[in-house]
Amino acid sequence: MIPIEHYLIISSVMFFAGIYGFLTRKNLLALLISVELILNSVEINFSVFNRYLYPERMEGMFFSLFGIAISAAETAIAIAIIINVYRTMQNIDVRHIDVMKH
Amino acid sequence: MNGIALLILIIPAAVFLFIGLSGRSLKAGYAGKIGTAGAVAGALFSYILAYRYFFVLEKIDGIYRKIVAFPVEWLNFTDDLHIDFGIYLTPISVMMLAVITTVSCMVHIFSIEYMRGEKGFQRYYAFLSLFSFSMLGLVVATNIFQMYMFWELVGVSSYLLIGFYYSKPEAVAAAKKAFIITRFADLGFLVGILILSYHARTFDFETLTSDGVLTTLKSGAAGSFIGISAISWAMALIFIGGAGKSAMFPLHVWLPDAMEGPTPVSALIHAATMVVAGVYMLAVLFPVYSVVTPAVLTVIAYIGTFTALFAAIVAIAQTDIKRVLAFSTISQIAYMMTALGVSGFAGNGQGYAASMFHLFTHAFFKALLFLCAGAIIHAIHSNEMGKMGNLRKYMPVTHIAFLVACLSISGIPPFSGFFSKDEILTAVFNKDKLLFFTLLFVAGLTAFYMFRLYYRIFTGAKREYQHIPHEAPKLMLFPLTVLAILTCVSGFIRFDSFMDVNAAHEHLNIPIAVAGVVFALAGIITARFLYRNGNEIPAKITGKYAGLYKIVFQKFYIDELWIFFTKNIVFSLISKPVAWFDKKIIDGVIIDGFGRMTEKTSRYIRNFQSGQIQFYAFVFLFGTLFIAVWALLSTVNH
Repeated sequence: MIPIEHYLIISSVMFFAGIYGFLTRKNLLALLISVELILNSVEINFSVFNRYLYPERMEGMFFSLFGIAISAAETAIAIAIIINVYRTMQNIDVRHIDVMKH
Repeated sequence: MNGIALLILIIPAAVFLFIGLSGRSLKAGYAGKIGTAGAVAGALFSYILAYRYFFVLEKIDGIYRKIVAFPVEWLNFTDDLHIDFGIYLTPISVMMLAVITTVSCMVHIFSIEYMRGEKGFQRYYAFLSLFSFSMLGLVVATNIFQMYMFWELVGVSSYLLIGFYYSKPEAVAAAKKAFIITRFADLGFLVGILILSYHARTFDFETLTSDGVLTTLKSGAAGSFIGISAISWAMALIFIGGAGKSAMFPLHVWLPDAMEGPTPVSALIHAATMVVAGVYMLAVLFPVYSVVTPAVLTVIAYIGTFTALFAAIVAIAQTDIKRVLAFSTISQIAYMMTALGVSGFAGNGQGYAASMFHLFTHAFFKALLFLCAGAIIHAIHSNEMGKMGNLRKYMPVTHIAFLVACLSISGIPPFSGFFSKDEILTAVFNKDKLLFFTLLFVAGLTAFYMFRLYYRIFTGAKREYQHIPHEAPKLMLFPLTVLAILTCVSGFIRFDSFMDVNAAHEHLNIPIAVAGVVFALAGIITARFLYRNGNEIPAKITGKYAGLYKIVFQKFYIDELWIFFTKNIVFSLISKPVAWFDKKIIDGVIIDGFGRMTEKTSRYIRNFQSGQIQFYAFVFLFGTLFIAVWALLSTVNH
C-alpha cells in the first residue's frame, strides 16, 4: 500500500502550485485552472484521509464526488463570465479588470 | 348649556376646515354662504348661551357661577405639570363669546358684497372662520397654556388675513410686521407664563386666582431678581405679551399697518378679536395683578394713558381714513388698559367693570366705523380723505351709521361710548388725578379727530366724482344698521350687574359725565369750525407749524425708531456676531472640520481598494496564515 505521505506530498504540491498560479498569473483562464488545481488537491485529501482513517466508510469519497460536480459547474459559469468579459473589454488580463472599483 | 358652548367653538373650526380643504372646487358663492351661515349660527348659539348663563342658571351668593365644561387632560408630564383643555364659562367669557360672534357674523355678511369677485374669496372665508375660532378658543381657555396656544393661533390667522392680498408688497410687509412684533411680545408672555406657573404650581385660571395660591404668591417666597420680586417680573412679562397684541406703546406699530388687509378684516381685528385679546388676558389674570403685584398695575395704567394720548395726537394728522381709525383703536384700547390699571379689588373695583364695559361697547362702534369705512372705500376706491367729500348726499345710510359711531366714540349721550367712557373716567378719577385729566383731554381729542374724519368725508364743497359714488348694497347696509342699533342701545345695559365684582358701584357720576361731554363737544365744535365745508384754516395752521405737523404725521417716527433699533442694534450687534459664530465656528470648524477629516481619511483608505483581485487574494492568504500561526503559537505557549 502506498504510504499516505506520498498522496499528501502530491496534494500539497498541487495546492501551493494553485495558490502561486492564482497570485501570479495574469490570464483569467490561468487563474481558473489554478483554482481547479486547489480544488482537486483538496479532493485528493478528502479521498486519502477517508481511505486511511475510516476504510469501512465512504463519506470522504462522496464529498470528493460532490466537489468535482460543483467545480465542473463553477468552471462552466466562470468560463461564461470570462467570455462575456472578453466580449465587452476585448481583454481577459486580470490586472485590467478593475472597472467595479470606479 | 355646555354643549352649546362647545358648538360655538366647533362651528367655525368645522367651517374653516370645510372651506379650506375644498379650496377652489367650492364655488365662491357657496363658500360665502357656508361661512356666513356658520357665523350666524355661532352668534345665535352664543345668544342662547348668554341667556341661559345669565338668566336661567342659578347664582350662588349673588355671583355668577364659573363653569368648567369638558375638561380634558391633554398633556400629562407629571402630577404637578399637566396641560388641560376645556371651556371656561365666566361672566366675561360669555360676554366675549357674544361680542365676538356678533361682530364676526356682521363681518361675514358685510364681506359677501365687499369681497365679491375678489381672487381667493374662498380662502378669505376660510381664514375668517379660523380667526373667529382662535379668538373664541382664547376667551374660553381654562388655563393659561390653552390661552397661549389660541393666542398664537390668533396671531397666525391675523397674519394670513392682513397678508390676504399677498401680491401687494405693502400687505406682505404689514403682515410680517404684525406677526413679528406680536410674536416678539409673546416671547415675554411665554417666559412670564413659565415663571408664574412655576411658582404657582398650576396653569389653571381657577386655581391660580383662588385665595390659597394668591396668598402663596404674595408671601414673597418666590424670591426676587434685581430688587423686584419674581412674580412681578412674571406679571410684567405677561403684560408685555398683552401689550403686543393690544398695541400698547411702543409695540403699537403693527396695528396701523394692519389695515393693508381687507377692510372687514380690520373691523374684526380692531373690534372683537386680536387687539382685545391683551385686555381680556389681563382681565382674566386680574386677581393676580391686583392682589399680588399692584405695582405692575400702576405701570399698566401709566402706559395705557400715555398710549391713549400718543395715539390720539397721531390720529389728528393722518389722512388715510383707515389709519385714523387704527389710531383711534389704539387710543380706545389704551383706555381699557388704564381702567384695568387703576382698578383694584380692594375698595375700588370700578375700573375692571368699566374696562370690560368699554370693551363691549367699543366692539360695536369700532366694527361699525370700520364697516362704514369699508362701504366708503367700496364706493370711492380710495382710502385718502382728500378724495372724499360731500358723501352725505350720495350715501345717506352710511352717513347716519358713521355719525352714530362717531358720536358714540366721542362720548356723547345717549350713545354707548358715553356710558363706558364715563365709567372709566370715574374709576380713574378716584385713583389718580393726573391720569384723569390726561384721559379727559384725550376724550376731547378723540371727538376732534373723529369729527375731522366725519366732516371731511361727508361734508364739504360739492365735488365732481369721476364715478358717481353709490350707496352700498343692501347686504352691506344690513350689518351697518344692526351695529348702529347696537351702538345706540348697548350703553343702557346694566353691565356691572353681570360682573362678579363686589364693588359699590356709582351710577353715572354727573360732574365727570358733564366734564367729559364738555370736552367732547369742544372737540366736535373745533372740528366743525375747521373742517366743515372745507375751508382754508387747517391748511394755514399746518403751514404755520409745518415741522410739528410733519412729526405728528410721521407718527413721531416710532416706526423709524424701531427700524433703527432692529437694524443697528439687533441686527448688527446681536445677529451679526451670532451669524458669524454660526458660520465660522459651528459650520466652519465643527461641521466642515469633521467633513474634511472624514474625506481625507477615506481618500487614504480607498487605496486599499485597488480592484486587483490578486492583491485581495494575497492579503487574504497571508492574513489567514498569520492568524493560523498566531493561533498555533498561542496554543503551544499555554
